[in-house]
Amino acid sequence: MSRSLRKGPFVDDHLMKKVDDMNASDKKQVIKTWSRRSMVVPAMLNHTIAVHNGKKFVPVYITENMIGHRLGEFAATRTFRGHTGARKAEVVKK
Amino acid sequence: MARIAGVDLPLNRRVEVGLTYIFGIGTARSQALLAKAGVSPDIRVKDLTEDEVARIRKAIQDEGGVEGDLRKKIQMDVRRLMDIGSYRGMRHRAGLPTRGQRTHTNARTHKGPRRAIAGKKKVTK
Repeated sequence: MSRSLRKGPFVDDHLMKKVDDMNASDKKQVIKTWSRRSMVVPAMLNHTIAVHNGKKFVPVYITENMIGHRLGEFAATRTFRGHTGARKAEVVKK
Repeated sequence: MARIAGVDLPLNRRVEVGLTYIFGIGTARSQALLAKAGVSPDIRVKDLTEDEVARIRKAIQDEGGVEGDLRKKIQMDVRRLMDIGSYRGMRHRAGLPTRGQRTHTNARTHKGPRRAIAGKKKVTK
């Protein structure tokens, strides 16, 4: 079931505070956050937010299309380097 | 000839079912459309009058979201996911399921037919 509209989008308070501060002060700097569960809201537009992926912070530049998604969706937590012999298979396909 | 939204409808089926041959129309939408057009769902497609066909056509046209337009919309939605660098977009690019299903086995619908893996040993009993 989707979230009740009455509540509005969920953004962690500590993150929202930082975003608001930055909008108020007109400064631009990267915000580091662990809050992958926070939703992207219009206030974050054109900011860069460094989202933790469990190991390091992945810089995410917020664009209009991202609104409504969650920050975690843009910082992959898994590294997939391909299967062994995947290169060989690729050559065969071509 | 009952030709709606660029699709030939099967003549010997009830309209309710016949309309579902159009991409983007299932049973539910078919019934809703027929109610809107004021056509009984029990008539066979071949027995439809010109006027009824026109009414159905208009009902579909008003709503949109069928065939080519729908396919285009789906493609755009997927393109958007890929462009913003989201997890779901990455999964689309990799040709894997996007909603957290297992891929160790199954997931053949999205991955397509099995490909042989070079150098993998066959299990023999």
